[in-house]
Amino acid sequence: MPWTREQMAARAAKELRDGFYVNLGIGIPTLVSNFIPKGMRVQLQSENGMLGMGPFPFEGEEDPDLINAGKQTITELPTTSYFSSADSFGMIRGGHIDLSILGAMQVAQNGDLANWMIPGKMVKGMGGAMDLVAGVKRVVVVMEHVAKAKDGSEDPKLLKECNLPLTGTGVVDLVITDLGVFSIDKKGGSGMTLIELADGVTVEEIKAKTAAEFKVDLNGRQSNAA
Amino acid sequence: MDKVYSDARSALAGLVKDGMTIMAGGFGLCGIPEALIEAIRDSGAKDLTFISNNAGVDGVGLGRLLETRQIRKMISSYVGENKLFAQQYLSGELELEFNPQGTLAERIRAGGAGIPAFYTKTGVGTLIAEGKEVREFNGEKYVMETGLFADISVVHAWKGDTEGNLVYRKTARNFNPMMATASRMTIAEVEHLVPAGEIDPDCMHTPGIFVKRMVHVPNPAKHIEQRTTRKRTESAVPAGAGEEV
Repeated sequence: MPWTREQMAARAAKELRDGFYVNLGIGIPTLVSNFIPKGMRVQLQSENGMLGMGPFPFEGEEDPDLINAGKQTITELPTTSYFSSADSFGMIRGGHIDLSILGAMQVAQNGDLANWMIPGKMVKGMGGAMDLVAGVKRVVVVMEHVAKAKDGSEDPKLLKECNLPLTGTGVVDLVITDLGVFSIDKKGGSGMTLIELADGVTVEEIKAKTAAEFKVDLNGRQSNAA
Repeated sequence: MDKVYSDARSALAGLVKDGMTIMAGGFGLCGIPEALIEAIRDSGAKDLTFISNNAGVDGVGLGRLLETRQIRKMISSYVGENKLFAQQYLSGELELEFNPQGTLAERIRAGGAGIPAFYTKTGVGTLIAEGKEVREFNGEKYVMETGLFADISVVHAWKGDTEGNLVYRKTARNFNPMMATASRMTIAEVEHLVPAGEIDPDCMHTPGIFVKRMVHVPNPAKHIEQRTTRKRTESAVPAGAGEEV
């Protein structure tokens, strides 16, 4: 069975370490905050100028001056600090954030990432995505393994080369899909390696749904995300 | 010289001319100088270039200036919340320059600090780097980006004193402090106006030297784009939403 969104988020949470400063994207990455292990201290950064994001507010306690980068109302914690957008991206670009978990349209086997623009469609903008993937120490992508069209056809999202405009070149360290986990040697240039399979998913199934070339190194076991 | 004007319209009187470049603070609708934006609308000036992270939403913030077709060009990082924007952009009426959000913030910071250009690794190898100088430092590639400086900046602060010293509140700070530094004429709207000496000098975010004019806007209507709450019985996990991808 392919992993559910929750199982993918739970697998991504295994990349967290005690003391990490982390930026989470919208969608499945947001769910990762539900799986921070008890006792582990992780500070979430919001690129609109906040470190130490708290939970969503109780109804009636929303503060229009306190939002995350998805423009959702949030709350602060005893550890919270606020700062300008310039300081925020100084943290990001300067390599002070340990981990960025975000979604993607396409990832190439060399770590190239495309997630902001489809030519011919109204482009909303890259927001902070280009800064995050260029500056954050470790970049983890969480996405569906293939893009499903309305007519039921499927297009691979893990490619030899991205054909959508790039967000960053050679930036992705790890890709978690609903079918498995791939590591990418973005600096060394030795490409993509399948390192884990979702329960009941076979290497053959993944090969059929992946346009990228990849090695297989499963350490002789199938992993269980949740 | 008194920096405090009686209202937004008089603070802007005679300043806004056709074709000017204006910076407007805020992230989404959080921390936008709404009263000053309305006054720019009332000025009737046309062909304006706005530097602002977003373009408001339909009917609020810069969305109001799209209604009157006063904006010719936007320099922004994300404009997704606005139907009128899409319409005018797709019909060719509105020019759009996308900047990565951190590059935009730094271009404004640099412009205000007298730095004409800088190198960043953001956007190397992407459309953003096309036509720009790329240079290698310590074996890594960086793209050159230029500083931004405007004719007018309009910013929103929580508190200000009569000297123009400003304090922002929570995430309503965002682009406001850099924009306050990066224009010939910075005008601040403040929710609380206090006499000089009332704000602890150790706790000021924007020193008054950057602020030329001020207007007191008590109890402004504030907008929430994505009202998100939890039930009192739900566990208190952090609300970890970030990039809009």
